[in-house]
Amino acid sequence: MEFVVCIKQVPDTTEVKIDPVTNTLIRQGVPSIVNPFDKNALEAALQLKEKHGGKVTVISMGPPQAKDALKECLAMGADAAVLISDRAFGGADTLATSYTLAAAIQKLGQFDVILCGKQAIDGDTAQVGPEIAEHLGVVQVTYAAKIDIDGDKIRVEREHEDGYEVIEVKAPVLITTVKSINEPRYPTVRGTMKANRAEIPVLTLQDLAVKEQRLGLKGSPTQVRKIFTPKQRVQGVLIQKDTAREAVAELIQKLAEAKVV
Amino acid sequence: MQFELTEEQSMIQKMVREFAEKDVAPGVEERDEKEEFSRELYDSLGELGLTGICFPEQYGGAGSDVLSYILAVEELSRVDDCMGITLSASVSLCAWPIYAYGTEEQKQKYLKPLAEGAKLGAFGLTEPNAGTDAAAQQTVAVLEGDHYVLNGSKIFITNGGEAEVNVIFAMTDKSKGTRGITAFILEKGMPGFSFGKKEHKMGIRSSQTMELIFQDVKVPVENRLGKEGEGFKIAMSTLDGGRIGVAAQALGIAQGALEHAIKYAKERVQFGQPIASNQAIAFMLADMATKVEAARFLVYRAAYLKDKGLPYSKEAAMAKMYASDIAMAVTTDAVQIFGGYGYSREYPVERLMRNAKITQIYEGTNQVQRMVIAGAILR
Repeated sequence: MEFVVCIKQVPDTTEVKIDPVTNTLIRQGVPSIVNPFDKNALEAALQLKEKHGGKVTVISMGPPQAKDALKECLAMGADAAVLISDRAFGGADTLATSYTLAAAIQKLGQFDVILCGKQAIDGDTAQVGPEIAEHLGVVQVTYAAKIDIDGDKIRVEREHEDGYEVIEVKAPVLITTVKSINEPRYPTVRGTMKANRAEIPVLTLQDLAVKEQRLGLKGSPTQVRKIFTPKQRVQGVLIQKDTAREAVAELIQKLAEAKVV
Repeated sequence: MQFELTEEQSMIQKMVREFAEKDVAPGVEERDEKEEFSRELYDSLGELGLTGICFPEQYGGAGSDVLSYILAVEELSRVDDCMGITLSASVSLCAWPIYAYGTEEQKQKYLKPLAEGAKLGAFGLTEPNAGTDAAAQQTVAVLEGDHYVLNGSKIFITNGGEAEVNVIFAMTDKSKGTRGITAFILEKGMPGFSFGKKEHKMGIRSSQTMELIFQDVKVPVENRLGKEGEGFKIAMSTLDGGRIGVAAQALGIAQGALEHAIKYAKERVQFGQPIASNQAIAFMLADMATKVEAARFLVYRAAYLKDKGLPYSKEAAMAKMYASDIAMAVTTDAVQIFGGYGYSREYPVERLMRNAKITQIYEGTNQVQRMVIAGAILR
């Protein structure tokens, strides 16, 4: 089976701060990482490959430094990596991004399963995966918590807030993964050394069958007006006791402690 | 002159840091409290390829360099230096002499599983009456046909009791002093090879330290490492390399303590402001950071020289001595910055201060390091 995993290099949000004046992310000095959900997608692909054979190709659209993220994926065990990079792709929203990625996947040729993380931790839109499926005209299953392949059947457990939905599909398919699907492996020293020697080909505007007006900033109908940190709501406290009397007693005590009563 | 790690080294450093923070950090206090050695974590080091970083692929290694290995020891030690020294004792003190002095058969049989992490290694030189004075060895090996018979004991052996492969030194000719010492490879489980008491220590409590006892242990001649009488040379050159490992352990401890102290100084509020805004505290942190950085350059340079095949004995001694001295100073200052909390087991710096002390002592006390350095510059 041919697996394609789409990954994004994102700033490590645990280190990100927001400029209080301009309301934009301060990216300077913030380390870049592979989007964590995409690592789950890659781990899922690697496990399926180990079980059923095949090849795992990782792709990413981004600036040249996104090669670092692709190298990390190679170190984890991906067979090949391709960077999709061109000035013309810059400033893309999810629509232009998914359009470009879909064109790149078509360019790469045959694929059975495309895997994406459910969303990126910087934009949090969860749109790129499903949109790629739409551009390519393939089936999509989002929020996968488990994937099994049995012959030509692919069984996916979709994670919901209150349960799982089991879906059976056939390739070609695009699947987005949630965190609970697996624990991504660490790269090994040998994998790291191999990854470091690997050539990562770059696909540019010339390589893809795309319409230029649908790319980058020009092809992006979405405009971000403002980014801000929402005011944090303090979580409520649930008082659970055996009897209403005990619960009320504790409530009164807490209200007294808070000097409300 | 370059002050940058290669891309490969940076990637290995990042990988080990992630592993250490995610998989090693949990339980570090508990392991210390219970004096619990974690074989499971050592197995993980093997799976990641850390046990064989600097050995060639044909011997189960990854074929990378000494500096990458040193970065791994530093990153592990930043979180849990007991894991750092477990790795260093096995790689530098057991796998390395087999790599450097072993026969092809010995390398296949012993180095390969060590480099792959399937086995753990230990090194036995120290005896109750032979510490710095290695020539006072009382463990003896007598050749009887196709094997040697070993009798004696070793103390303070890191990884002792857990290690399947042990590089052990014994006297084969007492009349020759240091030239009468010979190295052997002993397997755990050989008849007559047993373990004495487990050492209860001030620090590095989750690193296993044991007494090894030899009672008429039959060691096949093919398990002799190097020639008869070459033991002292093997021990000294092994310790030269081991010192870079201990230096990396000390560096990791100091780095960890510095980070804890910076975080605490920014968070701890007294008199309405974080204590870091007091110059007295800020200057302490500035001194600590400078010491850590200076130590880092010494340690990395010693590893670099070893990688380049250049002499590194003096530089390794300098790195070990300086990094361990500043680890002691930096952890002591970190405890001071934490105040009463620093003295409590609730916070990590107390453990780091206890652990730092041993780095000034083992694999050659810092006084021995000064002897090595003085010897080299006064030659």
